[in-house]
Amino acid sequence: MSPRAQVYIIAGLLALMGAGLTIYKNIELGFPLLPGEYRTVWTIEAKVRFTADDGPVKAALTLPREQRNMEVLNESFSSSGYGFNIVSEDDEYRAVWSRRSAFGPQSLFYQLDVHQTPGAALEQPLDLSTQVQKPFLGAREQEAVRLAIYSLVDSARERSSDTETFTTQLLIALGDSRNQDRNLIFGYYKDRSLVDVALVVLSAAEIPAHRIRGLYLEDDRRRLDPEDLLEVYDGERWVVFEPHSGLPGVPKKFFIWQRGGKSLLDVEGGRNSRVTFSVISNDVPAREVAMRSTSREKEALVDFSIYSLPIEQQSIFKLILLVPVGTLVVVLLRVFVGIRTSGTFMPVLLAVAFIETRLFTGLSIFVLILVLGLWVRFYLSRLNLLLVARIAAVVVAVVILMGAISVVSYKLGIEQALTVTFFPMIILAWTIERMSIVWEEDGPYEVVVQAGGSLLVAVLAWWVMTNRYVEHWTFNFPELLLVLLGLILIVGNYTGFRLGELMRFRQLVR
Amino acid sequence: MGQVSISQIFGKLRGGFVSPLLLRRMGVLGMNARNVNYIARYNDRDKFPVVDDKLSTKRAAARYGIAVPDLIAAFDTQPSRRRVMEVIEPLWQFVIKPARGSGGKGILVIAGRNGDKYVKTSGAEVTALDILRHVSNIHSGLYSLGGKPDRVMVEALVDFDPVFDNYSFEGVPDIRVIVFRGFPVMAMLRCSTHASDGKANLHQGAVGVGIDLASGRSCHAVQRGLRVSQHPDTQMPFGELVVPGWRDLVRLAASCYEMTGLGYLGCDIVLDRKRGPLLLEANARPGLAIQIANGVGLRKRLQHIESLDVEQLEKNVEERVAYSMNQFAAKGSD
Repeated sequence: MSPRAQVYIIAGLLALMGAGLTIYKNIELGFPLLPGEYRTVWTIEAKVRFTADDGPVKAALTLPREQRNMEVLNESFSSSGYGFNIVSEDDEYRAVWSRRSAFGPQSLFYQLDVHQTPGAALEQPLDLSTQVQKPFLGAREQEAVRLAIYSLVDSARERSSDTETFTTQLLIALGDSRNQDRNLIFGYYKDRSLVDVALVVLSAAEIPAHRIRGLYLEDDRRRLDPEDLLEVYDGERWVVFEPHSGLPGVPKKFFIWQRGGKSLLDVEGGRNSRVTFSVISNDVPAREVAMRSTSREKEALVDFSIYSLPIEQQSIFKLILLVPVGTLVVVLLRVFVGIRTSGTFMPVLLAVAFIETRLFTGLSIFVLILVLGLWVRFYLSRLNLLLVARIAAVVVAVVILMGAISVVSYKLGIEQALTVTFFPMIILAWTIERMSIVWEEDGPYEVVVQAGGSLLVAVLAWWVMTNRYVEHWTFNFPELLLVLLGLILIVGNYTGFRLGELMRFRQLVR
Repeated sequence: MGQVSISQIFGKLRGGFVSPLLLRRMGVLGMNARNVNYIARYNDRDKFPVVDDKLSTKRAAARYGIAVPDLIAAFDTQPSRRRVMEVIEPLWQFVIKPARGSGGKGILVIAGRNGDKYVKTSGAEVTALDILRHVSNIHSGLYSLGGKPDRVMVEALVDFDPVFDNYSFEGVPDIRVIVFRGFPVMAMLRCSTHASDGKANLHQGAVGVGIDLASGRSCHAVQRGLRVSQHPDTQMPFGELVVPGWRDLVRLAASCYEMTGLGYLGCDIVLDRKRGPLLLEANARPGLAIQIANGVGLRKRLQHIESLDVEQLEKNVEERVAYSMNQFAAKGSD
């Protein structure tokens, strides 16, 4: 196979691999393709309060299960002096706090961060009981209530075609304060909620049903009591109903805490136990959400990547990952334009320095150091030093210049110039040395051409490297470097003319 | 007013460029095509040291019977600086150059003495201290590729054939021949001018004179990209220029193919009064200015050689030279 074909095949494979990984990370892991995407993360805090009876205490709180439309990013608990563990019983998770002796009011906290993933349907658990316990309505004084319940069931059944519409009709009737039957029932079950009553009526109609406890996610809500939804088995699957509207489906932004099962909170050894919730929303960069949601699954792509590094190293890598983009700029300008620079990749290092110093400060400092350095170097050349010693002397001179620039500009109130330290000193010294040789051999014009070319390329590289999209892509999708590599390989195969040559060879055409 | 100047700039910009299609049709070889299609394909990396180190070039040239300027001495280490002075002390004329320099950088030519001072070809004088510093710079690798420590060569100054005296100002003319797979394909003479400060670099203002491969006569001359008919300093017309012993010179260039094993090669040759053509250095990455000097593109000639069959490629030096002279003779009288 010809080398050319190999280049195209390798470049194609690299590009495919990079693009594939990027798409996977975007679609499956939720890494945002564009910078500045924010997701809402809800922090929900459950506060358990009770008054302890000066003895052993055990409090158990049912915890939310994994749900498809809500992603739990993080959970934490706080309970000073209490032992804490999470136990799983009957497909349910419960947080258990325990203590040998406690007295007086107690507060225990359980906190979790949730991210709502749009569009995902509610998961159907397999092992919810569909057994129906008929309500005990035998006593004489309950005759009226019983009749009212069956009348409600009958009228709802008449106006419905299946379990779903039946439940809706029933809930509408239960919400209608003009309905005599309904008023009678509520008059009897004085301290029961709508969902409690609905459960009784549904069991009378022999329809399996249970309650769902949860919270409406709204920002900055405190001391919320859990709200109830109704879930009804229609013979094939469980359907959720909002009790007040009677409409099927989980309402938007409803976070399900507990589904069926037993009580939400059990406290042994305490009185007046109560659980309240508070909710806050935070707008968090989408990348962070993606990072946190994948961290528990330990996605290899994320785990074996720069995200596993400490934050400090990550910020260094943020810069390092931009270097290939700079080299691409150099390659493009060299191959397609033919700009002469001093030191092939020196402009990239300059651009990296410009990122730290801001462009105009960087440019002026660079020119200043170059001019002063050349001046020092011309004097040094009269002293007949060995080359390495002379460059070392230039390095020292450059360091002193940097210090002087920093101090003087600081005194003048220009704090920007303090970033002078980001310039690579050794590179600067070598550049000065090379420039002075160019000056001696090819004249000052060539120095201006080369320094100008270097600066032009550096500014262009800086411009590309500080583009927020480029920054976002290189850091969040480092696999795009494979695409970049493929691109460089293809550019390396270009045998057409450079822009400069169109001018250089113009005399040949006439 | 403003509009006029803008349209003028625009016109100038467009006039400054030519269409790449036109250049292609002219058979002009670009830098990228040279790098990918010729240097990468025909010049094996392991053969580069022979040409990149002038001492190796000299050694190889001796083995293949190719004439080169005499080597007086070569020095390896920094402490030998004193020995350098001892060597050049009795010499009247000499050249100091780095073994691994590129693009003619770091070459110091001393053409005479003036008391304690050494006189350069340009007439400028340097002191012994300046020479010592130059030697030290070479040793430290200032002129070598990649800044590696380098060796210093002291070479005898070529006794230039006076035939070019009127075509060169303050400097030495040399002849560059491009040899592709052993076939000479194009040649030019580089004449220094006052503007080029005695240097033979075309981009510094030296005159590039295209030489007809068949006859050794000049066929085209260019300074700074513009066609000229006479030397800007001496006013000598290039039309009368003929390189003496042209066939020998081309043969010498062609035989560098066997010596270096490089498929795409530039040979820099000077003419010595007594010894004839001498190989100054060989270059594995010869530049493309030769096309401008000749007013002809290289690509067609290279492609012609590439299209030859194996049997033709196995010709000996003499046959290759004859083939090229016949094939690449300048057409017409310009």
